[in-house]
Amino acid sequence: MIENRPLLTIFSHIMLILGVAVIALPIWIMFVAASHPEIRMTQVPLPMLPGGHFFENLDIALSRGMSGMDGNGVGYMMLNSLAMAMMIAVGKIAISLLSAFAIVYFRFPFRMFFFWMIFITLMLPVEVRILPTYEVVANLGMLDTYWGLSIPLIASATATFMFRQVFLTIPDELLEAARIDGAGPMRFFWDILIPMSRTNIAALFVILFIYGWNQYLWPLLITSETSMYTIVMGIKQMLEAAEQVPQWNIIMMTALLAMLPPVCVVIFMQSLFVKGLTETEK
Amino acid sequence: MLKNVHFGPSVLPFLLVLPQIIVTLVFFIWPASQALYQSLLLEDAFGLKTEFVWFRNFEDLLSDPLYWDSFKITIVFSFLVAFLSMSFALILALFADRVIKGSGAYRTLLIWPYAVAPVTAGALWVFMFNPTLGIVSYALSALGYEWNHQLNGGEAMALVVMASAWKQVAYNFLFFLAGLQSIPKSLIEAAAIDGAGPMRRTIDIVLPLLSPTTFFLLVINIVYAFFETFGVIHVVTAGGPAGATNILVYKVFNDGFVGLDLGGSAAQSVILMIMVIALTVVQFKYVEKRVDY
Repeated sequence: MIENRPLLTIFSHIMLILGVAVIALPIWIMFVAASHPEIRMTQVPLPMLPGGHFFENLDIALSRGMSGMDGNGVGYMMLNSLAMAMMIAVGKIAISLLSAFAIVYFRFPFRMFFFWMIFITLMLPVEVRILPTYEVVANLGMLDTYWGLSIPLIASATATFMFRQVFLTIPDELLEAARIDGAGPMRFFWDILIPMSRTNIAALFVILFIYGWNQYLWPLLITSETSMYTIVMGIKQMLEAAEQVPQWNIIMMTALLAMLPPVCVVIFMQSLFVKGLTETEK
Repeated sequence: MLKNVHFGPSVLPFLLVLPQIIVTLVFFIWPASQALYQSLLLEDAFGLKTEFVWFRNFEDLLSDPLYWDSFKITIVFSFLVAFLSMSFALILALFADRVIKGSGAYRTLLIWPYAVAPVTAGALWVFMFNPTLGIVSYALSALGYEWNHQLNGGEAMALVVMASAWKQVAYNFLFFLAGLQSIPKSLIEAAAIDGAGPMRRTIDIVLPLLSPTTFFLLVINIVYAFFETFGVIHVVTAGGPAGATNILVYKVFNDGFVGLDLGGSAAQSVILMIMVIALTVVQFKYVEKRVDY
C-alpha cells in the first residue's frame, strides 16, 4: 500500500460489494424463482426471498420437465451436454497435442503449410460457415449424433498454438537425454512432454469444458430429435413454451441446472481457469 | 519455431498432424470454400435451378437497406456491449487492486458469470424484464415507466446489451486486474511522493500504462459481441421487434435456415469472414505489444 487512507479503503470495499451485488442479482432472482411453487410465480410482484419448494421443483425439472413437453425431464439433456463438452475438450486437446508435437519436434516437408492451415481455423468461427458445415455433416450422416455435435468443433488453432508455446519452453537437453537413453519420438512424447505439460493440459481442459458445455448455435442446427437436445437448448425450448403456460419456477430451475457444472468448474478450479484464460487469450 | 534438436524425417509427423488436418479440411476449409462458391450462385425458390451470377448476391446485399440496418445495429450493439462491460470491469478492477484484504474473494465472486452460457444469461434477463411478471419491469412501472421490450426497439436493444455485457464483465475484470497488478509499484510510489493523490495517479499513470490491456480487450469484446452473442439474441428478442436487434450473425442464421436464401446467406457469411480475418490480424498485430502477465 502506498499510503494509508482508511476512508478510501472502506469506500473501495463498498463499491466492490455493490459491484458483486449487481453481478449476482440475476442469479439471486433465478434461485428465488426456482424455489417457489408455480402458482406463486404468476402473481405480481414476484417474490424476492426464497420459498420452500426448491427440491420439489428440482424433482419436477429432472423427472418430468415442464408440462406440455415430452415428460422426460431435463436429466438426459444434462447427460448430452456432458457428453458433448467432454468430447470437445478431450478431442481438442488430443489432436492439438499431436499436431503441436509434430510441428515443434519434426522437420518434414510441408511443415509450415500445415501450420498455416491450422492457423486459418482461427478465422472461421462456426457462426460464419453454418450452412455449408451443416451440409457436410448431413452428407456424412452425422446429424443427431454425438460425433456430429462434437467433431466439427474440435479443430482449434488456439490450443495448438498454446501447446506449441509450451513445447518451445521445454529445454532441448531433455530430448538429447531421452535420445541417449534410446527413447523414440512417441516414447519421448508420452513420458516427457505430456507429464511436463500437465498443468497446461488441465488449464485448457477447464476452458474447453466451459466452451463445449455452453455451445448453442451448433447443437441447435444439427439436432432435430429431442433425445439429442442439450440442456442449453432445453432452456430455449421452455421459454418458447412459456408464452402459453408460464412455469417460471421450472424454467429457472433448468437455467440453474444448466449453469451449475461450468460455474462449479470455474469456482473450484479457479487458478487453472485463470491460467487457461490468460494463456489461450480466450 | 522448430527446435534446434529435433527428430529426423519420417512418416510419423504426417500421421501426427493428420487428425487435425482432416478435421480442418472437412469441417473448416471445405465449408468455407463452399460458402465462397455459393455466394456466387442464385437458386430459385424451389431449389430446382441454380445459376452462376458472379457478384450479384453481393450487389443485392449491399443495396439492401435491411442489410445496412443490420450492419448499423451490429456496430451500435458491439460498441455498447464493449463500453458497458469494460468500464464496469475497469472500475471494479481499480478498486480491487486497491484493497489488500479480500481481493481474492472479490475475484471469485466476480468471475463466475464467464461460465454462464449466453442462452442462460438471456433467459435470466428476459425473466427479470418480462413485461407482465418481471421484477425489474414491476419496479420500473412503480416508478412510472412502462417497460416492454417486445414492442419497443430501444428497450429490446438495451436488454440484449445488458445481458451480453453482464456475461463479459468477468473476462474484462480478470484481465484489467492482471494488468493493474503488473504496473511497477515504484512508479506509483514516486508519484505519491511527489504529492499526487489516488485520483491523479489513476488518471496520469495507471490508465495510460493500462492502454495495451484496454486495446486488447476492446478487440476481444468486439469479437465477442459480433459472434458469440447469438444465444442472447435468439432467446431475448429473436432479432425483433421489427429487426431492432437483428445483428449480422443472427441475420445469417435467419436468412439461411429460416428464409432459405442460400446465396444471400452465403454472401453474408463471406462478408463476416472478411471481418473476422481483419479482427484477427489486428489482434495478432497488437497482441505482441501487450503487457506481460
